[in-house]
Amino acid sequence: MNAKQIDQQTLLKDEKDPLTHTPVHLLSLDGVGKHYGNIIALRDVTMAVDNGRVTCVLGDNGAGKSTLIKIIAGLHQHDEGVLHVMGDERKFNSPRDALDAGIATVYQDLAVVPLMPIWRNFFLGSELTTGFGPFKSMDVQKMKDITLKELAQMGIDLRDVEQPIGQLSGGERQCVAIARAVYFGAKVLILDEPTAALGVKQSGVVLRYILQARDRGLGVIFITHNPHHAFPVGDRFLLLKRGKSIGYYDKKDITLDELTAQMAGGAELAELAHELEQLGGHTEALKEVQAEVAEVTDAAYESNTKRH
Amino acid sequence: MALVTAPAPKTAADERVAKRSPLSKLMARPEVGALVGAVVLFIFFASVSGTFTQPNALATILYGSSTIGIMAVGVSLLMIGGEFDLSTGVAVISSALTASLFSWYFSMNAWVGVVIALLVSLTIGFINGWILVKTKLPSFIVTLATFLMLTGLNLALTRLIGGSVSSPSISKLDGFESAHAVFASSISIGGVEVKITVFFWIILVAIASWVLLRTKVGNWIFAVGGDANAARAVGVPVTKTKIGLFMAVGFCGWILGMHNLFAFDAVQSGEGVGNEFLYIIAAVIGGCLLTGGYGSAVGGAIGAFIFGMANKGIVYAQWNPDWFKFFLGLMLLLATIVNLIVKRRAELK
Repeated sequence: MNAKQIDQQTLLKDEKDPLTHTPVHLLSLDGVGKHYGNIIALRDVTMAVDNGRVTCVLGDNGAGKSTLIKIIAGLHQHDEGVLHVMGDERKFNSPRDALDAGIATVYQDLAVVPLMPIWRNFFLGSELTTGFGPFKSMDVQKMKDITLKELAQMGIDLRDVEQPIGQLSGGERQCVAIARAVYFGAKVLILDEPTAALGVKQSGVVLRYILQARDRGLGVIFITHNPHHAFPVGDRFLLLKRGKSIGYYDKKDITLDELTAQMAGGAELAELAHELEQLGGHTEALKEVQAEVAEVTDAAYESNTKRH
Repeated sequence: MALVTAPAPKTAADERVAKRSPLSKLMARPEVGALVGAVVLFIFFASVSGTFTQPNALATILYGSSTIGIMAVGVSLLMIGGEFDLSTGVAVISSALTASLFSWYFSMNAWVGVVIALLVSLTIGFINGWILVKTKLPSFIVTLATFLMLTGLNLALTRLIGGSVSSPSISKLDGFESAHAVFASSISIGGVEVKITVFFWIILVAIASWVLLRTKVGNWIFAVGGDANAARAVGVPVTKTKIGLFMAVGFCGWILGMHNLFAFDAVQSGEGVGNEFLYIIAAVIGGCLLTGGYGSAVGGAIGAFIFGMANKGIVYAQWNPDWFKFFLGLMLLLATIVNLIVKRRAELK
């Protein structure tokens, strides 16, 4: 065991994971809430992120996922609850603060500057320099070499690091952002809907990078609204709805069907089926929805009985 | 055996990359469209006018270009950083008036006025940038407001302090001669008198190019112009970068303002209106994207040179100078279209 981990253990000796009762947390939220004026965007959210684990945050549009990551990434400050990083209570005033604490965020749409070359994007905000005083300049060759090497390690074989990053595919761009976070020593990696705009194959590629980041010892927060993407890679699942936590599960306590059921909400699907029927929807499509409703209700029932 | 096997290439070439010729690499540079335009224009004027290629004529053209080019350096950087400044034309005159009125009113050494003018120019830049980042209003509105306010201040304060539309002569003041030598003298190269502003211009372009391409501040300038939110998210100080760019424009304005003042000994308070567009035109002809994130300092310089050639070339060709503005508009249109085509082709390759 290295010194750092022992250090963490002693620091965190009073902290307990409510689920696993293990005393180490890279990052933890306890009863965190946020309001914008009189609008409550998030309330009472509790979650934890550990080394080499993937914590998935699931929720539909407007569930409060964005607010949650903005708090962790330092774009907004929480009004209630506490945020711990390696045992220290923190409140980030800027993204720079969060970055310095080892928390890197890969945003869905604003991960990179499209017109800039890949290597400039890779080192943006953390450029390597040589020389001193007013003659400090960027170490261009070294930056290009590192970019090529780091991306190769993530499994992207690049054509040319001078290419504007806007010419890469969506999946590749996500990967550049992930590789960048890993290279700059991020301990916690937040991925904001990395698969939302991608096709099936590209999504698979991104999921593989998530696992690679996890295997490199990072704590990953994976935000998504797709349980099919979350379940195979996640270790913990936090479900959000209308700014509130509606469930926090360890992987062993939940199945994909239950997760899907919790996400969709059985009652809402039933309502949809009813509505489609009234509109004279296509009978086959209707049957499909009805079948799904039955499935979801079953699963929800099962999960309820399991918990009680 | 070892001799028979072909040596494996050290860096395996990617089969997806067709070899890019140096020419197509050059074509991908932002300023290449302007360069082609400049060469065409040069050949055109050289063929219609015998005097155009005389060393003295070239020195005059370079001088004309430098008075636009010095400002185009700052304006290009600002445009790459995603903003533009409509107050630059009158801000140059504000700087010159500050220096002249301050040293005249207090009967001080001209250099005191020069330093005060620098502070005022940097402050104008700072205020432009600060209001912009605080209010998040578009730079068009913010700098249009500064443009109008400065225009009014130039006229009103000059009349209030000096009692005329023109600033009083400061040629009798201490330090005038040395300031004249620094800001408005000529340097003789092989018998040809070249104005010192040409050298200021070259030095500024060199510094700006180095900053843009080889320093982290340059990286930030491209980033805040390309996507300010993405830049902020990875820890780029967006606010400082933008304010710094406006102050760099202020610095360029100060140099040109000092030249305008010390080339003679007084400044007309109503001058400068409209010049802001010339600087923006030079930057755009030089390949800077109006929307930010793309361009070069050298491009802005070539844009200014095109302006200088068209301006003086019409005179050397003995045409009516009334045609100049038409020429300028046509040039702007052609240059931007060429830029667009070149950029699209470069991206496809």
